Amino acid sequence: MSADHHHHDHDHLHGHAHGHEGSELSPTALRVRALESLLVEKGYVDPAALDALVDTYEHKVGPRNGARVVARAWSDPGYLERLRTDATAAIAELGFAGRQGEHMVAVENTPATHNMVVCTLCSCYPWPVLGLPPVWYKSPPYRSRAVIDPRGVLSEFGVTLSEEVSISVWDSTAEVRYLVIPMRPDGTEGMTEEALAALVTRDSMIGTGLALSPDEARKEGLLQ
Amino acid sequence: MNGVHDMGGMQDFGPVAPEPDEPVFHADWERRAFALTLAVSAPGGWNLDMSRHARESLPPALYLSSSYYQIWLAGIERLLGEAGLVTADEIEAGRPSGPARPVARILRAEDVPATMAKGGPVDRPPQAAALFSPGDAVRARNINPQGHTRLPRYVRGHPGTIARVHGCHIFPDAHAHGLGERPQWVYSVRFSARDLWGEDAAPGDSVHVDLWEPYLDPA
Repeated sequence: MSADHHHHDHDHLHGHAHGHEGSELSPTALRVRALESLLVEKGYVDPAALDALVDTYEHKVGPRNGARVVARAWSDPGYLERLRTDATAAIAELGFAGRQGEHMVAVENTPATHNMVVCTLCSCYPWPVLGLPPVWYKSPPYRSRAVIDPRGVLSEFGVTLSEEVSISVWDSTAEVRYLVIPMRPDGTEGMTEEALAALVTRDSMIGTGLALSPDEARKEGLLQ
Repeated sequence: MNGVHDMGGMQDFGPVAPEPDEPVFHADWERRAFALTLAVSAPGGWNLDMSRHARESLPPALYLSSSYYQIWLAGIERLLGEAGLVTADEIEAGRPSGPARPVARILRAEDVPATMAKGGPVDRPPQAAALFSPGDAVRARNINPQGHTRLPRYVRGHPGTIARVHGCHIFPDAHAHGLGERPQWVYSVRFSARDLWGEDAAPGDSVHVDLWEPYLDPA
């Protein structure tokens, strides 16, 4: 086994080699760089396509898309109805579609039911409306416990629900992707769709959070 | 395959650790590993089910001790080797030692927006009527396939109710092994938390799991 290989294994065993960028690249970073140059040299990969993919998911697609869907659903009963009937088509009306969002279902929170989404087997997540998943969503603690201890998991996000509220967990084991429609907070009557969207956090659309009240959103500088 | 990737119901991984203001990527290599994974399936010719199977077939200790993009990296290294696009020596060296194989297609920068917007829908025309309808009582089969499956262990043998019919979709258990699409009906099946986890679970709580018809028996 080469020294490089040893370091690679070492890197794996300690995991989470984040923040090791700088003048010295981590063994994983070196391996990715070597693989990219190999694949480019062999003509299998267009490096500009890699740049375009990164740019798309780092800067263009993210949870603000989903927030617009939720704000529209809160504001427009006709839209909510279309979202219930065919979420893929209703979401595409706002221009969000494609990879990892080919088959969408919207699940609505009510005073009686709270919805929460997980992928216990890997990291399935609705990219067109939420972007790429956060690390915790892909990690063993969430994937393992969301289904057996959803209330315990919610408490780790600072969310406590009354015992009267039933929790419905959605395990994305197929190619169907779920978007939680959080409940519209009180005191938001007459707000514009744009202002409502500011209340919709990423976690509220996964179901590990609730939509912000206007006061909370102001405190966080999300709303004027 | 009863692998460590099938984590639903395990309890010893510790608390969830949300990261405030988390960036999309935590290092530049994550950006490249993510994009490489998406881009090489074009010349590689493999499908998403094969990619998932490659990742979940990693040695269990390696899977559990790797970050998610390290798992993706290991997955494409394996698939690239199996497809004969690169050799293990070339991966170690980071440069070609032989000519490239002709490939059907590569992903060009100008095609990225259209390719991602199109995605890869998996719904297919049904070959037969759906066996189940919403409200039907079913039981997840107690099966333990050696190959790829999307039937999590924690629901096997448990009773559930059909909540929704999603449509007729590519069957991953076949597709991951190059056996064709073999489309099957997919259902959202509602399992009561008490049926899955016992009396300690809250009485009204439930877990919905998307399951293909071959995973289900009538109950």
